[in-house]
Amino acid sequence: MAVLTYREALNRAMVEEMEKDPLIYLMGEEVGHYQGAYKVSQGMLDKFGEARVIDTPISENGFAGIGVGSAMVGLRPIIEFMTWNFSLVAIDQIINSAAKMNYMSGGQFPMPIVFRGAGGAGGRLGAQHSQAFESWYAHCPGLKVVCPATPKDAYGLLKSSIRDNNPTIFIESEVLYGSKGEVPEQEYTIPLGLGEIKRKGTDITIVTWSRALSFAEEAAVILEKEGISVEIVDLRSLRPLDENLIYESVKKTNRAIVVEEGWPVAGFGAQISHLIQKNVFSYLDHPVERVTQMDVPMSYAANLERMSLPNANRVADTIREMLR
Amino acid sequence: MVSSIPKDSQSVSELQEFYRQMVLIRKFEEAAAKAYSVGKIGGFLHLYIGQEAVGVGSIASLTPHDYIVSTYRDHGHALARGLHPSPLMAELFGKATGVSKGNGGSMHFFDKNAHFMGGHGIVGGHISLAAGIAFASKYRKEDSVTICFFGEGAANIGSFHEGLNLAAIWKLPVVFICENNHYAMGTPEYRALAVKDVSVRAYAYDMARDHIEGDEVRKVRDHVKVAVDRARRGEGPTLIEVSTYRFRGHSMSDPAKYRTKEELDAYKKKDPLMRARHELELGGIKPEVLDKLEIDIQTQIDEAYAFAENSPEPPLSQLHKYVYAEDK
Repeated sequence: MAVLTYREALNRAMVEEMEKDPLIYLMGEEVGHYQGAYKVSQGMLDKFGEARVIDTPISENGFAGIGVGSAMVGLRPIIEFMTWNFSLVAIDQIINSAAKMNYMSGGQFPMPIVFRGAGGAGGRLGAQHSQAFESWYAHCPGLKVVCPATPKDAYGLLKSSIRDNNPTIFIESEVLYGSKGEVPEQEYTIPLGLGEIKRKGTDITIVTWSRALSFAEEAAVILEKEGISVEIVDLRSLRPLDENLIYESVKKTNRAIVVEEGWPVAGFGAQISHLIQKNVFSYLDHPVERVTQMDVPMSYAANLERMSLPNANRVADTIREMLR
Repeated sequence: MVSSIPKDSQSVSELQEFYRQMVLIRKFEEAAAKAYSVGKIGGFLHLYIGQEAVGVGSIASLTPHDYIVSTYRDHGHALARGLHPSPLMAELFGKATGVSKGNGGSMHFFDKNAHFMGGHGIVGGHISLAAGIAFASKYRKEDSVTICFFGEGAANIGSFHEGLNLAAIWKLPVVFICENNHYAMGTPEYRALAVKDVSVRAYAYDMARDHIEGDEVRKVRDHVKVAVDRARRGEGPTLIEVSTYRFRGHSMSDPAKYRTKEELDAYKKKDPLMRARHELELGGIKPEVLDKLEIDIQTQIDEAYAFAENSPEPPLSQLHKYVYAEDK
């Protein structure tokens, strides 16, 4: 098995899919000549040429719309947002056009488009460059929302997203781009909507995704030394959602906590918490808890940023409370 | 009224066909307005009455493999494209037989086979979609051209500028047609446009431009055709401003108190239907022939109305259908 970085795994997935299907193209700011702002598209311009790896001016709303229009007539665009922070100026195209086109046309226009790019909070990037937006997009029917946490998942999930006939919000973790992991050399895909137990345990279930998985794993190691056995459910995609995986785990552990990078109010963790109490209430020994980013914009100051972000210690502390 | 008399039998029959389409649009919308007033049509209903020559003239310059992207005021464009009035009326009634199966309504007519690409309700948002459809034509090396309609109100939103810039730098085969009816809902153009002539904004994108009056259908066709041919030759997009006027309010719920009766009356004297009829008569068509044509169209509209009324509502199982497409 090869060891790849998260960004290399994403690159490999795109290259393989584009080699197979000439209708797929990659478009975004600096994806071509610059080789990708985060180097995810490194080498792709040489391989596929300017007709298929297309640099755009800074105009997210415009090129998101180009992607949607081209998908209406059968192309399969991959639209890269340099970061998801900038996707907000394109959110009209994503929600009002991409997410609804098939529905409001009575099924005439499938929307085989992937919007992807760097997301997440941290890195002392300040308030406008440091935020997690998956809850915003997961709110909207018609979109699929994918948030991989490992190179192996990133590869398999991106391939599935590209092959899907629906608009997919594929949020990569900026912090994870350099992280390494084993990726099978044989081609594979991971179906959207299939979570994974990343760690088996018996005392509590952590439900998480993307970079927050690392907080969960760290907390699990800390707690293991104290005799607490943590099970970790990595959702991998929020839409569709692997509800049963969550329920089966909670039935076993009788406790659940959601760990996410985003803000708490109307965040996706609130939805998971609701689903758990609605569907497996009788198995619960404790109310569902959440560890999220603090309910504030991100500060640049190192100490305040640290305080704002979720981390392993906060997760461990909350779990200790829940087990007391 | 300065009239251009059709000079030969071919131009007479061409104008007669345009007249037929314009009458079809007007009568369709008059029927829709009636249905709205008795509660058979819900939501917003934005009528195209007064602007018919723009849609009919523009779309006449297209081939069936070209594409049309429209606004929330899309009935006229759909009918000019040749869509049958019955599924359009059924869509307004929210019926299963509607062109978007009842999921779309007035603002979201779609017909994939006719390359009628919607019916879009966010002002200006569809401009870059049109550029994207044109991008796909270029990507596949097909010679289809896309026409995108929008109002002058859309010319002030970012999507307009981004869409035009991208279309210009990539020389996309698209024609942007601004139907300037002088009011964005209740806001007159002089309060919204820093430069009154929208078409001069083409200079900012090194794009071809044109500006025409929209009451003479063949003139609209001739001018738009120049732009369509230019796009088809790979010479890039054009921004055309067509000056026109809506005789009704912004939507059925708008009494249009922001404009004077005198202004409306002045524009009604330039009614493109009246003008076309006058020209046809000068070209030798007898009034009885035109009266008969109008009666025939009224019959067709009555049939569309009955079809819509008698069609079933969508099955309740459709609520969740189409949220996601089938897998590849």
